[in-house]
Amino acid sequence: MESFSNVNIFRMQIIAIAGSVVLFLFILNLIRRKRIKEEYSLLWVFFGMVFIVLSLWRQGLDYIAMAIGVAYPPTAILLIFLMAMFMILIQFSIIISRLSDANKTLCQEIGLMKMELAKMKEEKKDQSEA
Amino acid sequence: MKDKNTPDNVLIVIPAYNEEASIGALLQEIRVLYGGWDILVVNDHSADRTPEVVRRYKGTMTVDLPRNLGIGGAVQTGFIYAARNHYDYVVQLDADGQHQPADIIRLLEPLKKEETDVVIGSRFCNGKSSYRAGFARRTGIRIISFFCWLLTGKKVKDCTSGFRAYNREAIQFLSEYYPIDYPEPEAVIMLIKNRFRISEIQVCMHPRKAGKSSISFRRGTTYYMFKVVLGMIMTAIRPKTRKYGKLQ
Repeated sequence: MESFSNVNIFRMQIIAIAGSVVLFLFILNLIRRKRIKEEYSLLWVFFGMVFIVLSLWRQGLDYIAMAIGVAYPPTAILLIFLMAMFMILIQFSIIISRLSDANKTLCQEIGLMKMELAKMKEEKKDQSEA
Repeated sequence: MKDKNTPDNVLIVIPAYNEEASIGALLQEIRVLYGGWDILVVNDHSADRTPEVVRRYKGTMTVDLPRNLGIGGAVQTGFIYAARNHYDYVVQLDADGQHQPADIIRLLEPLKKEETDVVIGSRFCNGKSSYRAGFARRTGIRIISFFCWLLTGKKVKDCTSGFRAYNREAIQFLSEYYPIDYPEPEAVIMLIKNRFRISEIQVCMHPRKAGKSSISFRRGTTYYMFKVVLGMIMTAIRPKTRKYGKLQ
């Protein structure tokens, strides 16, 4: 039984390391191919690294759990994961708000410019007819 | 366009979203009452024939927004145009025919006497209502007015009315920032916070002739109330942004 649970934990750690490394490389590759802008990728890169560290350093999770008073260390992982998701989603809301504001301004300017352009064309037509 | 140095330099701004059924009659009435005044219709990417109807009224300016921005974005387009072209006053009214053009001149009066910066055409002045709104809507407006009083200490009876007139300073201010969805109550708070004077004048409102209210049908009353109240509170706790003009 002893050896079985050891094998299990070891396997889980391997999967955790592989998973977080793949996630990290995936994010880096997206940045490299300019699919994510650097300024929007900071949180992803940061939490990708956090997950790699936590999967390599098993005691670390115990320390963190103890420090924040979580009795069962794996719960701490969930907590960190949730925090990461929250921060990234809030960042998305900020970016979306900024984009929609920029969009609104552009729409207004395009609308006004189209009107001015139509007016100018009209005037030019009147001039050439006169 | 009129001579920019005359005191009667007014731009009538009409935000329009799918108002083909009512906007023609409105423009006709305005033309009869106020021939020669500048009118700017902001067509908020209507799906119907609103722009075609407007173009039949020669001399009316139309901005066709390439995407639907919502009433706030449309009205603000009018403010931007007015600010850039140095209009002294803007009158904003709805395209659905519930605001009567005959009242425009009354809305402008206090502005021209420089008694105030913004005039709201209110359906609740003098205690009695000139407008038979449903119970839910009346209650909603009461709640909004209560919050307005709570947040600013000023009593504005009809914060939701979209029938308003502004002087040059208010136009400049609102062209820089204006809320998007259901902007009217937020704009009131914003103006009061930034020391603009607001007064109300009782006007008659018709039940809408056609089209749908942007409040009860588009997205639901609950969303409306939450959005408006949150927006009002946030506007109230934001710092003042007005940088120019004589503060009262």
